[in-house]
Amino acid sequence: MQRPLLPCWLLIAMLAALPIRPVGAESRLRLSTTTSTEESGLLAAILPRFEQRFGIRVEVIAVGSGKALKLAENGDVDAVLSHAPELERRFLEAGLGVNPRSVMENDFVLVGPPSDPAGVRNAATVAEAMGKIAAARAPFLSRGDESGTHQKEKALWRAAGIEPKGEWYLSAGLGMGEVLRMAQERRAYTLSDRGTFAAYRAKGDLAIVHEGDPALANPYTVIAVNPARHRHVHYVEAMILIAWLTSPEGQEQIGAFRVGGQALFRPTAIPPQ
Amino acid sequence: METGSFRTALELLATLDPDVTSALAVSLEVAAISTVLAALLGCPLGFLVATRDFRGRWLAEVALRTATALPTVVVGLVTYALLSRSGPLGMLGLLYTRTAMVLGETILVTPLIAALTMAVVSGADPRIEETALTLGASRTRAALTVLAEMKRGLMAALATGFGRLISELGIALMVGGNIRGVTRTMTTAIALETAKGDFALAFALGCLLLAVALVVNAAVAAWSLMVPGARPC
Repeated sequence: MQRPLLPCWLLIAMLAALPIRPVGAESRLRLSTTTSTEESGLLAAILPRFEQRFGIRVEVIAVGSGKALKLAENGDVDAVLSHAPELERRFLEAGLGVNPRSVMENDFVLVGPPSDPAGVRNAATVAEAMGKIAAARAPFLSRGDESGTHQKEKALWRAAGIEPKGEWYLSAGLGMGEVLRMAQERRAYTLSDRGTFAAYRAKGDLAIVHEGDPALANPYTVIAVNPARHRHVHYVEAMILIAWLTSPEGQEQIGAFRVGGQALFRPTAIPPQ
Repeated sequence: METGSFRTALELLATLDPDVTSALAVSLEVAAISTVLAALLGCPLGFLVATRDFRGRWLAEVALRTATALPTVVVGLVTYALLSRSGPLGMLGLLYTRTAMVLGETILVTPLIAALTMAVVSGADPRIEETALTLGASRTRAALTVLAEMKRGLMAALATGFGRLISELGIALMVGGNIRGVTRTMTTAIALETAKGDFALAFALGCLLLAVALVVNAAVAAWSLMVPGARPC
């Protein structure tokens, strides 16, 4: 029975020939990040400049902040750009990441149907606004995916002293764009980062019903995966990316990024003079 | 849907936008390699289950048929757990590469091709194998003779497997990571554009995907007609 070995050798030969492309002089970096930085188009706009200048190709894996940090914890990426301060604090305390730098911020906005059935527009604070939604039992759509936005939403309910429960509270388990689409279809309120909301092209008649409360701040932090924990990570490349993102050039690029004429992210790495 | 944005989407396709061509290339590459690997594993497996008498053959048949219903997210999850740096095969560093996608897709579609091969071979005249053996062929040689006789049915099985793979989303997303230009396929690009609310581009990509499936199936149908002994459908 000599012949049956042939398929095995073919299999091995094909596996060996699989697309592990030679990278040559170019090196590679994997960045896990939140859906907002990808779906708003920010990273696609600013990273080519970085890649060209340093010859480091950045592979972006866009998931919720919770999962982005989990990928970093598992060592499946080299750096993480997220917006979940509480999760990031725990991530750093556990020794999973090093060299955190704040990069930029935007803010969250409460969006909902323009008819505003719960009367949220009159609220003075976001806590009051959340209270009105709960009191009116108006449909509220939660991301429900442990993303940075979901973390923020849970914190806002806690701060308002409300435990969201009942038929009016819908947990989607989806990304920001999909939740915006669902909110529009279901005539529901939801919490969104301003960037994704501004960039979302099919928002129909969803409107911002509350904004501007300091509690709605949304800071983004970049962290390198601890190279002592995962020896294989591209630590130096990660640090070059962090350096560039927080450099005058990177910060200027972030500040100059516009969608429909609107700036979406405010650079925060360099304190103003 | 705005007509303007749909026109833009068609322009992106017509001008062979690099993002679109790369997603198409990744889809084709992963689906084609996975189909070939799944055929190399699945055809012999299906043949053996169909033609050999052994204890538990009935169980093997049921297991194969059940495995054709494997949910893609489960295969994705298992492949992810295997390949993650924190998993048993983590040292290979394969997660979020096309190789990882090929591995997952091959796991997904091998049972399908095996089950279809089983059905095709069960319908074959048992005298083919007997005759080949009588004429002095080795068992492998005889098996190949049977498979060659059944090549139209097998080709249809491969086309079905390819069709399942090129339209697959769960595994591609979970172990490929939807990295632009590297592991972004037609389906993960459609999912992303839908999430961004760009329905026009998502829809245009969907049309392109269908066109690919059409070309492949038309090629298989044309080939079947040219094979000696073909009956017009």
